[in-house]
Amino acid sequence: MKQDIHAIEVHNLTVSYDGRPVLWDIDFNLECGKIIGVIGPNGSGKTTSLKAIMGLLKPSSGFVKIFGKSLDEVRDRVAYVPQRESVDWDFPASVLDVVLMGRYRGTNLFRRSNKTDLEIALQSIAKVGLTEFKDRQISQLSGGQQQRVFIARALAQQADLYLMDEPFVGVDAATESAILSLLQEMKNQGKTVLIIHHDLQTVSDYFDYLVLLNTRLIAKGEPHEVLTKENLSNAYGGQLTLLSKIVDLIRQNEFPVREKGVDL
Amino acid sequence: MHSFTDFFSFSNANVVYVVLGMICINASSALVGTFAFLRKRSLIGDAVAHSLLPGICFGYLVAGEKNPVLLLAGAFLTGWISIFLVDYIVRHSRLKQDTAIGVVLSSFFALGVVLLTYIQKTGSGNHAGLDHFLFGQAAAITRDEVSLFVVILVIILTVVVVFYRQLVLLSFNPEYAATIGLPVRLFEFVLTSLTVLAIAAGIQALGVILISALIITPAAAARLWTHNLKWLMLLAVVISIFCGVTGAYISYARTAMPTGPWVVVTLSLITLGSICFAPRRGFVSRYYIRRKNSRKITDENILKTIFKLPGFQNQDTELTFTRVNLTEIRPFDTKELHRGIDRLIRRGLIQKSGDDFVMTTSGRKESARIVKLHRLWEQYLLRRTRIDTDHVHSGAEAIEHIITPEIEAELERELGIKGIPEDDY
Amino acid sequence: MNDFFTILTASIVAINCALLGVFLLLRKMAMVGDAISHAVLPGIVIAYYFSGEKGSVLLLVGATLSGVLATFVIDLFSRKARVQGDAAIGMTYTLLFAVGMILIATLMQGNADIDQECVLYGDIALVNMDKIIIDDNLYIGPRALYTELVAGLVVFGSIIVGFKGFKLLSFNEDFAKSVGIKTSRWHYYLMGLVALTTVVAFEVVGAVLVVGFLIIPPATAQLVTHKLKAMLVWACVFGVLAVIAGYMAAVYFNVSITGAMVTVSGSVFALVFGIMRLRRSKSAKSVIAAEI
Ligand SMILES: Nc1ncnc2c1ncn2[C@@H]1O[C@H](COP(=O)(O)OP(=O)(O)OP(=O)(O)O)[C@@H](O)[C@H]1O
Ligand SMILES: [Mg+2]
Repeated sequence: MKQDIHAIEVHNLTVSYDGRPVLWDIDFNLECGKIIGVIGPNGSGKTTSLKAIMGLLKPSSGFVKIFGKSLDEVRDRVAYVPQRESVDWDFPASVLDVVLMGRYRGTNLFRRSNKTDLEIALQSIAKVGLTEFKDRQISQLSGGQQQRVFIARALAQQADLYLMDEPFVGVDAATESAILSLLQEMKNQGKTVLIIHHDLQTVSDYFDYLVLLNTRLIAKGEPHEVLTKENLSNAYGGQLTLLSKIVDLIRQNEFPVREKGVDL
Repeated sequence: MHSFTDFFSFSNANVVYVVLGMICINASSALVGTFAFLRKRSLIGDAVAHSLLPGICFGYLVAGEKNPVLLLAGAFLTGWISIFLVDYIVRHSRLKQDTAIGVVLSSFFALGVVLLTYIQKTGSGNHAGLDHFLFGQAAAITRDEVSLFVVILVIILTVVVVFYRQLVLLSFNPEYAATIGLPVRLFEFVLTSLTVLAIAAGIQALGVILISALIITPAAAARLWTHNLKWLMLLAVVISIFCGVTGAYISYARTAMPTGPWVVVTLSLITLGSICFAPRRGFVSRYYIRRKNSRKITDENILKTIFKLPGFQNQDTELTFTRVNLTEIRPFDTKELHRGIDRLIRRGLIQKSGDDFVMTTSGRKESARIVKLHRLWEQYLLRRTRIDTDHVHSGAEAIEHIITPEIEAELERELGIKGIPEDDY
Repeated sequence: MNDFFTILTASIVAINCALLGVFLLLRKMAMVGDAISHAVLPGIVIAYYFSGEKGSVLLLVGATLSGVLATFVIDLFSRKARVQGDAAIGMTYTLLFAVGMILIATLMQGNADIDQECVLYGDIALVNMDKIIIDDNLYIGPRALYTELVAGLVVFGSIIVGFKGFKLLSFNEDFAKSVGIKTSRWHYYLMGLVALTTVVAFEVVGAVLVVGFLIIPPATAQLVTHKLKAMLVWACVFGVLAVIAGYMAAVYFNVSITGAMVTVSGSVFALVFGIMRLRRSKSAKSVIAAEI
């Protein structure tokens, strides 16, 4: 892989729900082969940014490139791990069923899963230490185990870029370090991992690069550059009341966030 | 027009019953429907309505005739059981609420159909009109029933007025209501009972399927017009009554026309109209607001560009300029520029002098104000967030147009800046 | 022989509905299914008015389209007009149903083929009137049976072929999109199948009681199993069971056949629900006992 190509380029990205911008003019470039953390308070648009990168939400302006190309061209090289609460774990499926879903593509839906798929799925299950649970129904797993199922599914995708939404929530310390060494291993293979994270205590240990969000991009860079008192108080300390007031005004007045959005 | 005067002179006793009946039914269901809507439980009404049928049949089997009070009692009972069952199923299994609603409503309804055919085939007593409960037959409303409907409306009105605050709290935030010691269960019971009562009253006129519309649609339509709960309720009731009377009239004027479906259709038309024309939330007004915004943006961009003209800082000499002067600084769409300048002339910010334009004193002030807002916002973004410097201007571009004087003051306070900040890049 | 054909026809209805109902339930769209089944009514009436017969292709297409239209309108209300989701469902289907009723009152005056009763619970008893007879005297079953069979093949085939797609769509739509699956196509295909099934089932079980076939057996199946394939099988079993037992009960008590089938279905649900509750509380007790 060429060094100068970024894993993810985000340009002027603005995403609105219902006229309210929740991500506003975000810009960042992320290098390949790093473990990158996205941090910010609740409701700051972290999940939204991941969804926009994954093409699940249509931005009102801006664009995203992955490995220098549009998402559709490189979709097979990207794996997405949604927030655990985003699915209904009462769904009738076993661990193996879910991990096999990692082998699904838009193009192979109509054929049966083959032996290779099965092998890859089993390997992925083994990597997250769920082998003894592989036939267990997902409704009968603990929260941390469910999280590992999702990670295994992403592993089964055999991608180069992994986008994970809060993979450490509800996970015990042992599992967390197990997942972490898995991530290190992936990084050593040249893969890029983007993780939404909540625990500020651990960010500087876990990540090579950080993106700090609160509707706007508050800071980006190496952990020591980002984790300054000023940045943190800007993002977490209620310093952005004016920003949120303006966001409300924008929504109430049907105002375009960027002038280009004006054309009717 | 004959039928119109005939109908609204209310000389026909039947017409009076139907109209009175529809008014009571629609007002009752719009009232309870508002709460159902607020609690995001609109479809519960659906389950209740279908579940009344077996109760009505039981009532009939017990009484041996169409006794309105006994039918209502039976309906009330099974309606209540259905709500209880939906909650019970959701609480004690993996099934989701809408699945539970579907299971309960179709089971009860099927039981009702079975009982209905049983009654019809055994042919005991006078069961004529029992099948009105299926599709509704507003024209068949009798005097006795009207009195019953009035009583029901009075009950519902009284409870809503007396316990207004409790019911509102329960609808908006049941958890909070519980923490401040409101007997949540009791009021849920009350609200559920009122819902069942209203549906039971309306079912003969509208039928099991369409009665849901009377619960759901008025509140949804009214919601587009107001945020205020009291107005919401009043408006829902007014809309609903209007549609009830309209439906009754259409059915009176054209013999073959059924009342209930027309009530529902007029209700839906009003809702569609609201979706298009309601202030703020309607499509049309949203379009106009957006157009106004885009004009404002053009006007203010012109003013901002004028600020950048070389002669602007010199207060003593008159500032004249041409359109070309402006487009040299910033690309404008020719048409938009023309229109924008016309608007500014009308506002007295610019004057025309021959082929050129002259800035007035108030125009200069306005230009400076907008530039100030622009730079204040830039400073704010620079201080609080991370922006690559080549992006500063584009980011600030749209926002100065929306900054209100209050926010302007706050920006000044927070940044500790007075006057126009320097443009330092 | 007639009994046999009636039960067979109704069983196929039950199986079609059960298979699709499972996915509706898993997508938390049970009430959307309810809405679709009501909303096919105006399509049926209009198409019937123009084609003049019940079994026409025009009717099939028109009514299916009006069912899919309902899901479109629901989407539009809730997303574009910012109306709450469940209110949007309720508004849409009551409107379409009301339009259907008005059309029946104006276009179908005195026509016994489509009247209010058959909207409610179909004409299952009359299914055998419309016979297919080959070689002049060999009766090979009612026409409805064959319509149902064709619809059944479509539904069954779609679910077998598209199993992975429907599964992923129901479990995790965002993930499906992320691997490049066109989820909205799959969604509308599923809705189209539901509409088709309710249209075809219309003359057998009516537009209202078909909901009982769509929702109750899959719900019962969800109580007894944690596996998707098993859930599909159980749903069919419960559906067919209700058809057979319901038919016998209806004949015995001389009541509405469709009504009896759905009532039995509901009773089976109640029974299974009760058994599962009992088992759960028993096992909970034994766990406590073991711990002591
Ligand atoms: N579907 C939606 N419709 C409307 N608003 C939404 C929707 N999803 C999210 N939002 C709003 O967008 C904002 C950002 O949400 P997002 O889920 O991206 O936050 P987050 O940073 O992931 O928060 P958390 O830490 O709680 O996961 C929130 O204010 C939320 O209320
Ligand atoms: Mg999130």
